[in-house]
Amino acid sequence: MTAGTAGALTRDSGRSGHPAGPAVRTAGLTRRFGDQIAVDDVDLVVPRGAVYGFLGPNGSGKTTTIRMLLGLLAADSGEIDLLGEPMPASLGSVLPRVGALIEGPAFHLYLSGWDNLRRLDASDRTADPATSRERIGTALARVGLTAAASKRYRQYSLGMKQRLGLAAALLQPRELLVLDEPTNGLDPQGTREVRNLVRELAFDGTTVLVSSHLLAEIEQVATHVGIMAAGRLLRQGPLTEVLADGAAVVRISTPDVTLASGALARSGLTGVVADREAAVVTARLGEHLPEDVLREVVTDGARVRGFAVERPHLEELFVALTGEGFDVLR
Amino acid sequence: MSSAEMSTAEVTVLPRPSFAPPRTQRGAFWRLYRSEMRLLLRRRRNIALLAVLAIVPLLIGVAVKISTPRNGEGPAFLGQITGNGLFLVFTALTVALPLFLPLVIGVVAGDSIAGEAGNGTLRYLLTVPVTRTRLLAVKTLGVASFTALAVLTVALVGLVVGGVLFGLHAFTLLSGDTVSAASGLVRAVFVAAYVVIALFALAAGGLFISTLTENAIAAMATTIGLAVFSALLDAVPQLDRIHGALLTDHWLGFGELLRSNVDAAALIRWSLLHLGYAAVFLSLAWARLSTKDITS
Ligand SMILES: Nc1ncnc2c1ncn2[C@@H]1O[C@H](COP(=O)(O)OP(=O)(O)OP(=O)(O)O)[C@@H](O)[C@H]1O
Ligand SMILES: [Mg+2]
Repeated sequence: MTAGTAGALTRDSGRSGHPAGPAVRTAGLTRRFGDQIAVDDVDLVVPRGAVYGFLGPNGSGKTTTIRMLLGLLAADSGEIDLLGEPMPASLGSVLPRVGALIEGPAFHLYLSGWDNLRRLDASDRTADPATSRERIGTALARVGLTAAASKRYRQYSLGMKQRLGLAAALLQPRELLVLDEPTNGLDPQGTREVRNLVRELAFDGTTVLVSSHLLAEIEQVATHVGIMAAGRLLRQGPLTEVLADGAAVVRISTPDVTLASGALARSGLTGVVADREAAVVTARLGEHLPEDVLREVVTDGARVRGFAVERPHLEELFVALTGEGFDVLR
Repeated sequence: MSSAEMSTAEVTVLPRPSFAPPRTQRGAFWRLYRSEMRLLLRRRRNIALLAVLAIVPLLIGVAVKISTPRNGEGPAFLGQITGNGLFLVFTALTVALPLFLPLVIGVVAGDSIAGEAGNGTLRYLLTVPVTRTRLLAVKTLGVASFTALAVLTVALVGLVVGGVLFGLHAFTLLSGDTVSAASGLVRAVFVAAYVVIALFALAAGGLFISTLTENAIAAMATTIGLAVFSALLDAVPQLDRIHGALLTDHWLGFGELLRSNVDAAALIRWSLLHLGYAAVFLSLAWARLSTKDITS
């Protein structure tokens, strides 16, 4: 949930003007380049209303998958449903409802930001020319480019280009946004703005599929994640479930290290590690309840300075799944 | 937020937003066409190309004015210019057809799709979406319009410069008969139309070549090469059996329009040949573009 975290607002996901089913669904999606498999039997499921973080090391097949979703590349085999309709067969009726940023922005160098957006708006057969100016202005304002609207694209900085790409995806209200590395080249404010933008859009009901290498960013906005490596989708699901895969760890700060570790072991926790120097004991929480564990420790007479249950972050999980190796695999 | 507020906060379920299903706007294709023309005409390079074409009749006109050529020297119709400025139109077209016009068309047609692929805008056009058939249609129309504009530039500048320097008089046909100045002007319009159709065959070739690569410069060079190569084959006497079918062979056939009894059948036959070339090139372009993997 995004703004729903305030506890006051949530979206009804039951009723819908559109056929039910996920916003994106692929089955057995496969694509080869020569004898190399870039995307290998991928079954992607992006539920409606989700912010889906699409993760994976360089060359793992994210952009190739996205290009197939959008009808730019033909799949060798497999099926794609976008917003409940088959792709690429229904491309003409589906894509007007989809905004996309694919592998960085691309515009005409000798046109201004405004004129570039006008060009894209004019090429959209579903865009109402009467509201064109207004929509372009709003899109530019939303990404903070109003002041640079009349500058030639050639003179844009990397982050300004990226922002213009986002503005292009926002020219119309979209049911689905596909953003391939939207924060590439953005300054910290820009990155933060994109995070807020994604939250806002999601709250307005837009499903967002976002690929990124900024795992801390994804962890903050995503409701779901999918992790690719070497063309295969290793894991996907709600963020909390995927993170729960990694075992939670209790971490107790105490001068009475022996007492505490004894209590933990007796309670049935595994992987107990006592660090006398740091005065810290850790153990895998497993199925135990943290409150019960703490009571046992205190009952045994250990004086507790601090108690925490730590879940692994996306980054650790990502590395655990995709390996430590730095070199691209293919 | 205080804990009191937290405890009393109620969950409000907002209705799921409904997105209006997108509808095709009226006149959407023409809006895209206008955008395409703006794109072509806002580009300084393309304006410079038109300027080069405008200079051709200007130079010829001034040269003839300051040194009257002896009859029989220089390109066709050159000797007639002093008698009637309208002939400057035909002389300029004759001069521009072998090189300058193919150059301009090669640049614009070669760039049309390869240019968008090369700078990445093609993937954004296709995901807007502009369907591939629609994209080819609008690119074809854009390139055809620019071809017409290029020919018109030569013809109109020729007409104005010729009119100013030599005057537009009753028009003496190549066969010796004389027709009114107005009738001569009508023939000039037909000449321009014939040349546009002839060059459209090359433009369609350029469009096809443009679907084959992401390198716009290569597509431009190949398109210009196509015209040069055809002209080269046309100049080899041993190949005279195929000359009649070559892309460029009848480009100068517009002279037929300047006789008293015009061989309309021949003009139609040649125009159909040019349109046939265009149809083949456009089919190939469609076959290629509609199945192309967009990896740029
Ligand atoms: N046009 C192409 N021709 C040949 N191979 C390609 C092509 N495009 C991608 N590949 C290969 O497919 C694999 C997947 O590439 P892809 O661009 O989908 O990765 P990615 O997950 O988007 O990586 P990154 O995080 O670096 O953007 C890579 O090994 C790449 O070399
Ligand atoms: Mg990528």
